[in-house]
Amino acid sequence: MIIAITSLSLLGLVLGLMLGLAGRYLKVEQDPIIDEIAAMMPGSQCGQCGFPGCVPAAEALASGSAPVTLCPPGGRVLAEELAAKLGVTVDLSAMADDLPAMAAVSEATCIGCTRCFKVCPTDAIMGAPKQIHTVFKEACTGCKACVEVCPTECLQMHPIPVTLGTWAWPKPALAA
Amino acid sequence: MKLFRFRGGVHPESHKQATGSKAIEAMPLQKRLYVPLQQHIGAPAEPQVRIGDQVLKGQLLANSQGAISAPVHAPSSGTVIDITEHTAPHPSGLGVRTVVIETDGEDRWQDCQKTINPFELDADEISARVGAAGIVGLGGATFPSAVKLNLWKKHPIYTLVINGGECEPYLTCDDRLMQERPDEIIDGIRIMLHALHAKQALIAIEDNKPDAIERMKVAAHLFDNVTVVVVPSRYPMGSEKQMVQTLTGLEIPAGKLSADLGVIVHNVGTAYAVHSALRQGRPLVSRIVTVGGGAINTPRNLEVPLGTLVSAVFDYCGGFGESPARLLMGGPMMGQLLPHAEVPIVKGSSGVIALTEAEVAINRPRPCIRCGSCINACPCGLLPLEMAARSRKGDLQGAVDYGLMDCIACGSCSYVCPSHIPLVQYFSYAKGELAARRRHKQKADETRKLAEVRMQRMEQEERAKAEAAARRKAEREAKSKQEAVV
Amino acid sequence: MNRQVSNPISGPHTHSEQDTGKVMWTVLLALLPATAFGIYQFGWPALFLWLITTLACVVFEAMSLWLARKPILPFISDGSAILTGWLLAMTLPPWAPWWIGVLGAAIAIILGKQVFGGLGQNIFNPAMLARVALLISFPVEMTLWVNPLPLISSHAPGFIDSLLITLHGFKIDVYSGASVMGHVKTELSNGKTLSDALSQSYDATALALGFVNGSLGETSAVLILLGGAYLIYKKIISWHIPLSMIVTTASLAILMHGLHPERYPGGLFHVLSGGLLLGAFFIATDLVTSPNTRTGQLIFGAGCGLLVYAIRTWGGYPEGVAFAVMLMNAVTPLIDHYVRPRIYGHTATGKTLSYSNKKLARVKQAGEK
Repeated sequence: MIIAITSLSLLGLVLGLMLGLAGRYLKVEQDPIIDEIAAMMPGSQCGQCGFPGCVPAAEALASGSAPVTLCPPGGRVLAEELAAKLGVTVDLSAMADDLPAMAAVSEATCIGCTRCFKVCPTDAIMGAPKQIHTVFKEACTGCKACVEVCPTECLQMHPIPVTLGTWAWPKPALAA
Repeated sequence: MKLFRFRGGVHPESHKQATGSKAIEAMPLQKRLYVPLQQHIGAPAEPQVRIGDQVLKGQLLANSQGAISAPVHAPSSGTVIDITEHTAPHPSGLGVRTVVIETDGEDRWQDCQKTINPFELDADEISARVGAAGIVGLGGATFPSAVKLNLWKKHPIYTLVINGGECEPYLTCDDRLMQERPDEIIDGIRIMLHALHAKQALIAIEDNKPDAIERMKVAAHLFDNVTVVVVPSRYPMGSEKQMVQTLTGLEIPAGKLSADLGVIVHNVGTAYAVHSALRQGRPLVSRIVTVGGGAINTPRNLEVPLGTLVSAVFDYCGGFGESPARLLMGGPMMGQLLPHAEVPIVKGSSGVIALTEAEVAINRPRPCIRCGSCINACPCGLLPLEMAARSRKGDLQGAVDYGLMDCIACGSCSYVCPSHIPLVQYFSYAKGELAARRRHKQKADETRKLAEVRMQRMEQEERAKAEAAARRKAEREAKSKQEAVV
Repeated sequence: MNRQVSNPISGPHTHSEQDTGKVMWTVLLALLPATAFGIYQFGWPALFLWLITTLACVVFEAMSLWLARKPILPFISDGSAILTGWLLAMTLPPWAPWWIGVLGAAIAIILGKQVFGGLGQNIFNPAMLARVALLISFPVEMTLWVNPLPLISSHAPGFIDSLLITLHGFKIDVYSGASVMGHVKTELSNGKTLSDALSQSYDATALALGFVNGSLGETSAVLILLGGAYLIYKKIISWHIPLSMIVTTASLAILMHGLHPERYPGGLFHVLSGGLLLGAFFIATDLVTSPNTRTGQLIFGAGCGLLVYAIRTWGGYPEGVAFAVMLMNAVTPLIDHYVRPRIYGHTATGKTLSYSNKKLARVKQAGEK
């Protein structure tokens, strides 16, 4: 009888251990596609899509509850990539081809409140209390987070000017 | 010498007779010169002068930036009156940073560093002087020449090809230069041979320029290592890839340089500029420009100071007899449409052409009838009709798979298309869109990195705050305990 | 002044004289001699049928364009609908009733071309699609051949009689006879020898000149050759498809004739009779439905030639050009996908080109005088 009890206990113990190990090491954390989508997103957690960050937005995209056109900083390019990734068709014409824009501080009205650089997802705004803030052009992603918190409306979005280096030929008008 | 054939190509009406027999004249100096700081491929030059500065002819206006760039010099003496955005000679109509000089009419040169014998200089010194003289590919590509002169360090160069093809219709500036200044060109060639450690130079001239061939042969016969080669007139003979293929029978492998084959190609105008820079110490401040097209009253070849407005050049050539349908910089095949004539002549301006309605032969695009004319015309073996169809649909990857990146934009396909489909524009659009996507992707990657750094920093701050709070709490507790003990 | 141009125009800023409309009109011009001969030979009914078929094509084209809300005039004036109608008429029996022409035109333009999206989008040659559809649906009307009755001859029907023939069809057996190919096929299947079958109907000179019965525009080999040569001279078509098609059919015929002289007709017979020449120069070379590359065109032509011979010899129909071309039309996208020119700087398989040292030595040879 002791043998029976021991062997059954051992069996239970071993199987339990295996289950525990499997649970720990073979755990499916989340749908892998969410990670892949999250990697495609801008990653600035700007919140313009209405989700609290890029990973929640990716989850929504993966579950199909959000449209691929949700990300304004990503623009058309991201929407097309997401559509290809998720295998959905997307009407990009509805997505206004927003000219890429960048935030700029109007020095006349900036009061140095520091609110903007606290919300900037890419640390693109530099400043100190009671000092006029400035935007690093290289780091600004045009997410508009700062515009919303600015109490004096001194932060405005300005379209990035087209230069000879960035100008490109438009698509020819459709043939008859 | 044995020549080889390249596939495809077209024979556009040459229209060269109007200016081919006219000697080069000097364009009179204008009151104001508009010198753009980007007249080359690569980074724009940075101004070294300030508004109000007096400058002499040949004085440095702006310095080159980075490895691929070129400096810009004052085309005449005078005063810098502005550094501003001025319309670039570019179809977009966009501005480019431009130094505006009010000339004093004296056209006074700065002191030039003359070289008696450039063959005593070492290769680095020659390419440094060519670079400092602001010399770029004068055939129209405007790639900084000094960069090409340095390629011998990576690839042994055997042959220097001097491109006198000038296959674009209307243009005769290289033709005239070869007829009138052959000895200077040969001198420039020999200096480049020396700098490149190359064994021989081949001067390739299309057979529709018998006078230039004759003059160049006479000038070259003194030198064993310089040979004039007569090549058939066929567009795009003047394209580097096709030129190398014609002379050697070898193709430049995809994504490689002609230097990988031991060949470097320079334009005849560039050879002349090298001669001026090394012998007289004069930087590139003027160039030969063909002024042509059916709308021009008296077509000419002019030596124009850089920065002269195209409108002044047209005026000097008697203005328009017929109102022009299109103003072009360069030839009609690969030249660029000008938004208006108030743009300056730049280093790459081989010609300014005013075409009449009839010459342009505008026609509305029609559906593709899959006739295959474009395929037979393509010198690169591409399928333009398939590439255009995919670009139109937005299937850019599809267009790339069909060879979009091997397209040299020579325009042969559009030229022959019976349906008048703007094939070249489809390819330019697709290439531009792909470049924009690359930039966008790069920006997104940078953004992600910046955001990650910020997140880490925020977490660290949180942790630091929590630790500080914990510490304070511990201190408080320790204190109260002490007090209790006391 | 630095205003961005909203719709910049890209180069090249000059253009060759070639134009879609010009291409079509040149082909029509090349068709003219053979057509004129056909009309002369088969009289007024042939002229009426040709007019009706061509006009019907233009009307159906205009209707389709109107339905598709496309500009009508620019598309009609490119001549493509006229060409389709003209080619279709040339392959019809010259005394066929009017409704054959109109129905054929409807099939060609609406089903053959416009449902695919119009000019340049169709997979099959519209004229051949119509001819095949008509041949299958109306075998009697489509194989009623009239003996040549030149316009000036006394037996030829007058204007009014001819109108009646076109409007009501003709049943007068006295004028009709089988085509050379049909005759030979029937006789052979009846167990006769080739020389017996040919003795009554075959005259190579008549075939070459066209004084035989057959479709409206396919009888005169000489005039079709003339038109084809003109098209090649004008660089509208290249020689690849016609040559490979004719050579394939002829060499198969010569081979089989050599093996069984009494069973299989020879090369000359195959080339000169039926619609082979018309098909080789004017139908298989249709720009839209044939391959784009030279190599592809050689394959396409050889395929057409092979199928023509196979259908003529072993198939149920005496003539097989229309079927052969249509079958090869279906293969064209495949040919175009696999047969591509080699891209500059790449190997045939698309890899980056690399040269052996021996080849690279050419750079050094380049300077040698």
